Amino acid sequence: RVAMSIMQYNGSAVLAMKGKNCVGIASDLCFGVQGRMITTNFRKTFRMQEKLYLGLTGLATDVQTLHERLEFRLNMYKLREGREIKPSTFASVISNVLYAHRFGPYFVEPVVAGLDDTNTPFICGMDLIGAPVTPPDFVCAGSNTEALFGTCETMYRPDMEPEELFEVLSQCLLASIDRDALAGWGAVVTIITPEGSFTRTLKGRQD
Amino acid sequence: PPPMECIFGLVGDGFTLLVADASARRSVFLYKQDEDKIFPIDEHKAMAVTGEPGDTTLFAELIQKNLALCTLRVGVPRSPHATAHFTRAIMAENLRRSPYFVNLLLAGHDKDEGPSLYYLDYLASLQKLNFAAHGYGAFFILSLFDRYYRPGMSLPEAIKLANLCIAQLRLRFVISTPAFTAKVVDTDGVRMVDLKNEGVRMVDLKNEEEMVVVEE
Repeated sequence: RVAMSIMQYNGSAVLAMKGKNCVGIASDLCFGVQGRMITTNFRKTFRMQEKLYLGLTGLATDVQTLHERLEFRLNMYKLREGREIKPSTFASVISNVLYAHRFGPYFVEPVVAGLDDTNTPFICGMDLIGAPVTPPDFVCAGSNTEALFGTCETMYRPDMEPEELFEVLSQCLLASIDRDALAGWGAVVTIITPEGSFTRTLKGRQD
Repeated sequence: PPPMECIFGLVGDGFTLLVADASARRSVFLYKQDEDKIFPIDEHKAMAVTGEPGDTTLFAELIQKNLALCTLRVGVPRSPHATAHFTRAIMAENLRRSPYFVNLLLAGHDKDEGPSLYYLDYLASLQKLNFAAHGYGAFFILSLFDRYYRPGMSLPEAIKLANLCIAQLRLRFVISTPAFTAKVVDTDGVRMVDLKNEGVRMVDLKNEEEMVVVEE
């Protein structure tokens, strides 16, 4: 058995990018255990609201648990407040949930992508204990972030239209996961615009 | 403990087949060759368990009894989807307290969902799959399934594929596991399957002795 970091026990890759009045979030589709693929339709991006998506990388069990917990918290928020949550507020909620387990953390690195009520794009990335970062361009998380950062830094440019953003996001993710032994087996990309969102599944290298 | 024991399952045309090796062993000793690791959960669900010896039976019975309680309270049995998530929730809750070191496959049949197979590993990662395997045997079995599995196989075809996997393990797997038990879950319920003769007989869930299959 190979000694692996707990964050790389199940491989994953999530990428989020800002465009012109739109955001995109993408993940790979592989669920594997220590390099062995179990299934190829485990998507790591979740629709939390119409214009708010959450991406979770790291240990698959914690991805599932945290998704369930956050969906619960979001439903409670909606019932109490009577309105939808802002992406920046949601990012704070996640950060709070993660830091609450500072000394026994969830092994996940979340990515939040959405449009707030003025349709301004918002993206945020976090580490496993909830330290947030809100960069102006893109956020990467997963088992091979070095590759993701490399491709994004090269191919990203500001103010991309939705279709252009889709193309750049797809190519960045596919190129990176091709170099990651643990992630891959296809990808799913979602672009969120003020008019609505669309999701497309990509077929990459099937290994 | 190292995953020498193997369990596998596949979804066919209106049924789910679960196969488990029938050995109970600890380090170099083989205690028995007729251990049944496939627990009927209720009328239309069965769970094959592998992992830490005490935890497996404990966890399987925990799920069995809690599901029975739910059915008594609500009046309607839970769907396989609900059962799988319920099982995952219990495992995930205990993961950071006192973990159950159990890998399991949950097979179910529902009139809405049809036949289903859920893979749950000891870290509580749940996946709904067409075929799955746990243990070192999975290295061999998954490759054979990738090659020979087709959706909507008939029961004789599925049993033939199961026998192919067992033959491959006998040939290439260093640990000898000669005996396997199998159960099928379909509209008629949970039934024992005789892999050798491809015959099927009813399992009486109330009779404890029925739960054991002895390979000649």
